[in-house]
Amino acid sequence: MNLYGIKAIYLFEMARTWRTIMQSIASPVLSTSLYFIVFGSAIGSRMASIEGVSYGAFIVPGLIMLSILTESISNASFGIYMPKFTGTIYEILSAPISAVETVIGYVGAAATKSIIIGTIILVTARLFVDFSIAHPLWMIAFLVLTSVTFSLFGFIIGIWADSFQKLQVVPLMIVTPLAFLGGSFYSINMLPPFWQTVALFNPVVYLVSGFRWSFYGVADVDVGISLGMTLAFMLLCLAAIGWIFRTGYRIKA
Amino acid sequence: MKLLDSPHLSRSAGASDPIIAVSGLSKTYASGFQALKTVDLEIRRGEIFALLGPNGAGKTTLISIICGIVNPSTGTVTADGHDIIRDFRAARTKIGLVPQELTTDAFESVWATVTFSRGLFGKPPNPAYLEKILKDLSLWEKRDSKIMTLSGGMKRRVMIAKALSHEPTILFLDEPTAGVDVELRRDMWEMVRRLRDNGVTVILTTHYIEEAEEMADRIGVINKGEIILVEDKHVLMQKLGKKQLTLHLQSPLPSIPPELQSENLSLSADGTELVFTFDTQTQETGIAGLLRRLNEHGIDFKDLRTSESSLEEIFVSLVRGRA
Repeated sequence: MNLYGIKAIYLFEMARTWRTIMQSIASPVLSTSLYFIVFGSAIGSRMASIEGVSYGAFIVPGLIMLSILTESISNASFGIYMPKFTGTIYEILSAPISAVETVIGYVGAAATKSIIIGTIILVTARLFVDFSIAHPLWMIAFLVLTSVTFSLFGFIIGIWADSFQKLQVVPLMIVTPLAFLGGSFYSINMLPPFWQTVALFNPVVYLVSGFRWSFYGVADVDVGISLGMTLAFMLLCLAAIGWIFRTGYRIKA
Repeated sequence: MKLLDSPHLSRSAGASDPIIAVSGLSKTYASGFQALKTVDLEIRRGEIFALLGPNGAGKTTLISIICGIVNPSTGTVTADGHDIIRDFRAARTKIGLVPQELTTDAFESVWATVTFSRGLFGKPPNPAYLEKILKDLSLWEKRDSKIMTLSGGMKRRVMIAKALSHEPTILFLDEPTAGVDVELRRDMWEMVRRLRDNGVTVILTTHYIEEAEEMADRIGVINKGEIILVEDKHVLMQKLGKKQLTLHLQSPLPSIPPELQSENLSLSADGTELVFTFDTQTQETGIAGLLRRLNEHGIDFKDLRTSESSLEEIFVSLVRGRA
């Protein structure tokens, strides 16, 4: 195990985070704060509580998930896309470091950053709305699991993308709609029956539902299913990454 | 042609313990382009080996495969006895690579980037060693500068510092002096010699013949994905490094007078030029004797010139001959 190598990649990526602290951390926190002001305070004060939870508190887990999804994907995809783009990936490829170790370095750093952002948003949200966390350990587990899973997904996008446009298209065209339709701002039980069924094909529903359960003990789908679906998606990403490194897809001729 | 010793023959000639052994290596890219046909090559421990070849000959592909950046289609490579695929960790730990392109992390400082490289190659931190490298490469003053603020020559040296950061015993320099000014080129040659003196094996690719001539212990010529020659530089220069004296005669000769005939002297088809070939390595070239005898035979000449086949001419004739 090349621990020094993993550490080098991890620290390199984290250094990038601190160097670009405004875009990295300040901007997601700012945009989420705006959501709280608009949806939580302004509109939320006129909304009925959902399943016994005030609307302002109800959207907290969803908003954290929304940030974690988008941040994990953009950080991890950018992290591996840049060396490909500038050509510095030659060094990673020529180093005595295995695929697994490379992924641990990049994905670990992206997930760390997401967890930091998620935590900051959680603290920020407390300034706007009052909420409590029923199952803190589960909350942390979902936070970490989601950060890691979507950082893996972002890593795949970063490998796949061969232009900046492609780097943007998946987060923008697929993940953002899925996240918005994934029950961040509402319970899927509020949807008409047909759309409830459709919503069950959206993986984000399971993440948001499970995460919300860890806060308030209420969920759209059973928490066990949430966990199972998240793990399943993670395994899918791991399999894809395994295939990428075995074949050298888009990184090795 | 005797000159074109196959790499297999030169193997038996000396290197009992090659530091790099390439055998049956080929590469066909997904596009169908065959960059390397079957390549066999052995690099001796501690030598400076120059790989010469025109653009697109397969130099970079060969290096990239050895360093793990490109997958081989067939064949095997060992570095210091370690298979580059099965035992990639041990093999790659030994190897440092300075690629042709100046690819650097623009926003990183010099110090951060060499620290990163050392860690990436699995070595524990050693600031004293990194300091020495940066000082050797005259980069110490710039250690806190962002790479993007450095000149091209400095960036090139940063890449060398990165490649040396994990104390490799084999160093690949892919076109190290492309686009580098004369002074820096001299510095770089000096540095390469110092590395060799410290026991590092250096493999450099170049299309500057002068560079190979100046630096290399042995020279390999690659063209169209094939190694067409591997030879000790001095042997190569000696074998092909002939000097010629050409005499433009006052009046054409029908033939060389019998008393003057020798295998070193030839007459051009129109009889206006006498060409005398002599060995540059010997003390007695025979020029004085030739001129005396020409005088005795009343053969006058109006002009004379000498020419020496450089490595460049040797190279061109080899590559053309194979084209």
